[in-house]
Amino acid sequence: MNTSEHIVSPRIYLAVFLALMLGTAATAWVARFDLGQLNIVAAMAIAVSKATLVVLYFMHLRYGHKLTWVFAAASVIWLVILIGLTMADILTRALG
Amino acid sequence: MAMAVHAAQKARRRSLVSYLLLTMALGSVFLGIKVVEYSHKFHDRLVPGPNFLFSGPRGEHAELFYSFYFAMTGFHALHMIVGIGILAVIVWMAHRDRFTADYYNPVENTGLYWHFVDIIWIFLFPLLYLVGHHG
Repeated sequence: MNTSEHIVSPRIYLAVFLALMLGTAATAWVARFDLGQLNIVAAMAIAVSKATLVVLYFMHLRYGHKLTWVFAAASVIWLVILIGLTMADILTRALG
Repeated sequence: MAMAVHAAQKARRRSLVSYLLLTMALGSVFLGIKVVEYSHKFHDRLVPGPNFLFSGPRGEHAELFYSFYFAMTGFHALHMIVGIGILAVIVWMAHRDRFTADYYNPVENTGLYWHFVDIIWIFLFPLLYLVGHHG
């Protein structure tokens, strides 16, 4: 079953690795500025981009079967539900 | 780890073994840093519990933070220890020439697990070490 699998070239792995290192540097750099609420937004935006790179290239989702994409999307949707419900509690506590 | 999967796909046994060993070594370095970090926390009495001591204001908030810190980094470290154990089995199998260009699923799956634990750290690192320094 592995014979049809796409083989990612080491150059792409190297490029992704360098992009991830750059992202880590950017996260540390942007944390030095006091942006108020934007600090967490910036950190999470960079983290989501880095995680996307890992999933697409290191975990080979980009070259994966459509069914794999469905499962990946389903887990993201489930994660959004869990975080969304938690935030629905936290963000509305001040109202009570 | 990604390069180990690449070597497995190309059926290069020696580089597969080398890349797997490198992955285990780098993972161990990470865990070693964690050991140093934890021992500093214990020394500074920042471990939640009866011995917790925080000199700044709102000590109970700090204790809650350190509870999250230890729970999340602890479980992450636990997953890495499991990962290194799995890698040890895979590297042994690779050494025994158990994988071919057509059969390397265990290597691929170990890679998926290892990268997933990596993704957790991508989120934990800014959340626990960087965010909130200006508050």
